[in-house]
Formats: sequence, structure tokens, C-alpha cells
Amino acid sequence: MAGRLEKEAVTRRDFLGLAGLWSAFLAILISTIGMLRLPRPRVSPEASSIFRVGKPTDFPPGTTKDIPDRKVRIVATNEGIGALSLVCTHLGCIVRDTGEGFTCPCHGSKFDRIGNVIGGPAPRSLKWLAVSQAPDGTILVDNARETKQAEFYRV
Amino acid sequence: MPSSENNSFWGNIKAMPLNFYNSFIRHGAPTSDRTRSQAVFSNFFLHIHSTRVHPNSLRLTATWGLGVSLISQFIILTITGILLMVYYVPSLDLAYDSIKDLHYVVPAGRLIRNAHRWAAHMMVLFVFLHMARVFYTSSYKSPREFNWLLGIVLFVLTLALSLTGYFLPWDQLGYWALLIVANILGSANELIHALGLPQVFHKLGNFPKELFLGSSEVGQDALIRFYMLHVMLFPILISMAIGVHIWRIRKDGGLGRPEGTPVAAGKGVGTMSPEPVPPEKAPSKTYGLMAVIKGKTSHTGLNPDETVSSWPYLLRAELLIFMINMLICLALAMISDAPLKGPANPLLPENPAKAPWYFLGVQELLSYSAFVGGTVVPGIALIGLALVPFLDRENEPAGVWFSGSEGKRITLWSMAFAAVAAVLTVAIPVNFGWLREWFPHINQLFIIAFNPGSILAAIYAAWSIIVMRKTGSSRMGALALFSCFLIGFTILTYVGTFLRGPNWGFYWSTHDWPAH
Ligand code: HEM
Ligand code: FES
Repeated sequence: MAGRLEKEAVTRRDFLGLAGLWSAFLAILISTIGMLRLPRPRVSPEASSIFRVGKPTDFPPGTTKDIPDRKVRIVATNEGIGALSLVCTHLGCIVRDTGEGFTCPCHGSKFDRIGNVIGGPAPRSLKWLAVSQAPDGTILVDNARETKQAEFYRV
Repeated sequence: MPSSENNSFWGNIKAMPLNFYNSFIRHGAPTSDRTRSQAVFSNFFLHIHSTRVHPNSLRLTATWGLGVSLISQFIILTITGILLMVYYVPSLDLAYDSIKDLHYVVPAGRLIRNAHRWAAHMMVLFVFLHMARVFYTSSYKSPREFNWLLGIVLFVLTLALSLTGYFLPWDQLGYWALLIVANILGSANELIHALGLPQVFHKLGNFPKELFLGSSEVGQDALIRFYMLHVMLFPILISMAIGVHIWRIRKDGGLGRPEGTPVAAGKGVGTMSPEPVPPEKAPSKTYGLMAVIKGKTSHTGLNPDETVSSWPYLLRAELLIFMINMLICLALAMISDAPLKGPANPLLPENPAKAPWYFLGVQELLSYSAFVGGTVVPGIALIGLALVPFLDRENEPAGVWFSGSEGKRITLWSMAFAAVAAVLTVAIPVNFGWLREWFPHINQLFIIAFNPGSILAAIYAAWSIIVMRKTGSSRMGALALFSCFLIGFTILTYVGTFLRGPNWGFYWSTHDWPAH
């Protein structure tokens, strides 16, 4: 009788059995990996991040205008037009204007006029967003592109 | 007995009721020990129990019925949840209205919605209590490590189930809680930004959030995901995990208990625990075949015959606990309505915007650093909990509360210490501000490393290590750490729930909230 510890040659039957087992395992593994790809859409379903805010003449220097739908404030100065995001950099609530700056209702972050953090848990200043112009002159803001703080687009 | 003497058609019909009955109940009335055992193991649903239990396990103070309460609550949630599904529509436009209809129009809708809410709150509360009872009675020790890990899985699933449900009404409450949770998932960006890493890393930091929302914004794709998780995936996973959890209890030799002759059950439960059966009267049935596994089984323990039959003693106790839970849940549902704020408004944050209560302790930590408070500290706490049975390998009997008087003393001291530390963690920043107020231009990395949350966790860890060194016992160290986190969690949750108002400001009472 062959000892248990002696290696036995793999018989044809064993080989076929093992091959079947492994191919089943691989098939399951590969299809699982394929399915795991599903939950993340290739294209994000929300509206385009670039949006029109109006004609340059709508923003005379020295004024500001909030676009609540987009959670942005358009700041117009003599240097040009800038866009300040009103989304708190802590956990995404909408900040409120207090006159001297902004506060966040959620965990009390405080920001100054140009968005620097002056208190609370927010880890960084409010974002300034890229401003550009469409061929017809309309001012565009890109919610997904950040620029330097207080950077103004010359119209 | 199946009867139809002459096998005539008429005879078959006459014997039908009895034959029908016998096809369900395949044994006599459960009056003898033998038929009682049969009642349990010939029934698919009851078979998950062992046929016999140890009287110690029936004592109220052994478990406080907490695990069975959890199952009761889960059953209530399943039934009320299916009823709610009849009307609820997981769409941005209709979700809120369908809940409103359930609340105001559908007959009994409000009661069912309330019961569902309350059972969910109870389940979250009890999962903490049950974990604490298992911990303090050393019931996680070998051979029950696996069941403890399974318990951690159940713990996470319970919180996840409850949280996903909280979003579904799509009111202001759920919407802003969801936004906060989604951003916690993206909070690695806090570290990435503070380190000044390039833009590509932000994509990486956003990945969990986008996976969670199915988009980079909170919207329909997110709602349908939570709906699917809440009504399908999580309940299925929980049901399976509960099944294995209970089955493991049997395989691990019943509930943990001190060895030796069973002690008469305490006052009140005495009536539920009969006299142990002396060996000569024990049932002749052998159970060995049904539990062919390594190690002890419930029936190969030292005192196999000092057990009592599960039918009726265990089943009766379980039914009692189920009834109590039903009663509490129904009473709460009649007294107090589930909240429904205004419809979700992405432009106007709820002020204060609060997560469900069991996350308010975490939210309190978040209000210093989202990354540390929301992911690092809770993550470490969870891993620490999961590893408890592997860090504390001292072999001592399970089923003794606090492992005796020394453990009781250490638990009390740790709780007192933890309470003082947690109160200071809240009081110091509330009164004196924190690093940013003191050094306005401080680098964010300092705040990530040193914030009240990380410091509190470090203090608790240090305390436990000191206790472990002083006593030379890993069990005592574990008792200290668990007690610290339990009390810290409780206090922070209390502060987040009752003492935080608009702008996350500190208010002793809601009457002091500024009007707005
Ligand atoms: C949905 C959640 C859960 C359900 C339905 C559940 C159910 C149960 C039940 C019915 C028991 C029998 C004893 C008793 O009633 O206490 C039990 C025991 C046990 N549970 Fe859970 N449990 C849950 C969560 C947890 C958690 C979070 C932990 C710990 C991390 C845990 C660890 C254990 C252990 C180790 C035992 C055996 C205790 C012993 O032998 O004394 N369970 N569980
Ligand atoms: S979201 Fe603004 S402070 Fe937390």
C-alpha cells in the first residue's frame, strides 16, 4: 500500500476534476470582477459642470450676485469677474453671508470675505472657480475647475 | 398514528385531518423529554437551537435577553418594512410625498411607519448593549472568537441598515445627513489637500464618495442605491449572518458559562428553569451524530445531563422577550411620531444638520477634523473591537460579569476616567477654541494630527496600556479600553444630540437656540 505521504501521480480522472474545478473558480472570479465594475458609472449623471451665468454687463464692477442653484457667488471688481464657491470645504453644507464673511450652519466653520478659514473645522479656504467666456460673450463658470484665490477673469 | 385500516377511499378521507396533522408534527405531544427534544430538532426553524440548554443560560442576568431582543426587533422591522414598501416610491419626486401619504393618508400607515422607526432605534441601541454584555461576561473568548467577529459584522450591518433607511424619506433631515456622510467618504481629500498632492489624488479621494452616490452629486442615483441596499442587500446579509450567529452558539457549546453544577436560576426566572435532570432520567437519544465537529459540543461537556430541554423552557423565554419588545415598540409608536421635516432642499441646509443619533458622537468628533473624526478614529475603534478576542487570550471562564471583583473595580475607574476625559474634550474647545483659533495660520496637518478626537483616542489607549501593565492582565486592559470607548461614545453622543444647536454651537438647552 502506498504511504499517505508519498506523492502520487495525478491520475487522468483527478486531472480532469481539478481542471474543471479551477475553470469554474476562474469563471466565477472573472465574472465577479466584471460585475464589481458596475456600481461606478462611466459618465456621471449630473448636469455639465460648466454653466452660463449671464452677460458681462450683468455684473458691473463692485457688485456680487449669488447663483443659488449652483451654489456660487459671482464677484465683479475692476479687475474682472470671479466665482466663489459657497460650498463649505468641511462637509459640503452651504455657507451663509454674515456681512464680514461667511459661516457654515453645519459645524460652524467661519471664512473671511475671500474665503480664508478663520475658525471651525473646515480644512481649507472656500474654492474659487474657473471663469471663462463663451464665443457669444456669455460668462461661464466651471464648477469642477478650481483657480487661485481671488483670481478674476478680465472680460 | 396514520390510520386508514382498510385503505378505502372513504377511510382515507376520514383519516385526512389526522394524517395532515401528522405530516407536520411528526412526533407526539412534547410532554416527555424525548418528544420535547424531537419537537426542536425535527423543526427546521427550531432546529437552530440546541435541543437542551443549561439552566445558567436561561438566567435573566446571563444575557438580559438582548440577543433575542435583537432578533425580535429585526422581525418587527421586516414585517413593517414590507408593509411600508407597498406605498414607498424611491424617486426624488415621489419619495417625500409617498412617506407623507403613509403618515397622513394610508390607514394604519402612521402606526406602521412609527413602529418601523422605533424598532430601528431599539435595534441600534440593543446592538450596543448586546455587544457590551458579551464583552463584559468574557463571552468572546475561545472558542467563540468567530462568533464575536460575526457579531462585529452584524454590528456594522445594523448601523448601515439603519442609516440607509434614514435617507429614504428624502426630507431635510435625511438629505443633509446623507450629504454629510457622503462627504465623510470623500474626506481623505482633507489629507490629500493638506499634503499638497496633485489633482489626480483628489480623484482617488473622491472615489468612495462617488461609488456611494453613483454620481458626484447627491441625487436620484444615490437614492435608488440606498433603497436597494436598505430593502434588499443589507436585510439579506443580516438574515444570513444572524442564522450563522445562532448556529455558532450551538456549535460553540451553548452560551458561555462558568463550569460546574448549575446554580439555581435567580429570582423571577426561577419559574423558567426547572430542576436539572439527573443522569439516570436523561433522554436516551444520542446527539453526537448531529454535531460532528472538533472540540466540545453542548452535549459532550462536563455535565451533559445537567441541562434542561429547550422546549418549553428556552422557547418560552424567547417568546416572552419577543412580546416585551412588541409591547415597547408599539407603545412608543403610539406615543411618539417618526419625524418628517420639509422636503429635501439642497440650497438650504438644515440648521443644525444632524446625522441620526448613533452617529452624533462621531459627528461631534467630525466638527474638529472630518477625516480623523469621521474615518480614522471610528476605523481604529472598529478594528480594535474586532481584534479583542485575539489580543486578550487569557483563558478564564466565560459568563462571569466583569471577570470578578477586580474587573468590576477597573471597569468603574475606567468609566470615571473616560467620562472626565470626554467632558474635557468637549469643554476645552467650546470654551477656549482650538488650534485654528489660537494660531490662525496653522498648517492643516497639525490639526489633522492633533484634534480633540485623536487626542481622546490616544488618552484612552494610554490608560488601558497602563492598566494592563499594572495588573499584568490583558483582560483587565481590554476591560479598561472597552469601558473607555463605551463611556466616551455615550458622552459624545449625548453632547451631539442634546447640547449642539445651530452652527454646531454649544447650548445647554434648545430654548437657548437663537431664533432665525
Ligand atoms: C443584529 C445583531 C445581533 C443579533 C440578532 C444577535 C443575536 C444573538 C443571540 C440571540 C445570542 C444568544 C445570547 C443572547 O441573547 O445574548 C447572541 C450571542 C452572542 N453574540 Fe450576538 N447578536 C447580534 C450582534 C452581536 C454583536 C454586535 C456581537 C459582538 C461584537 C455579538 C457577539 C455575540 C457572541 C460572542 C455571542 C455568544 C455569547 C455567549 O456565548 O454567551 N453579537 N447573539
Ligand atoms: S459642513 Fe461646514 S462646517 Fe461642517
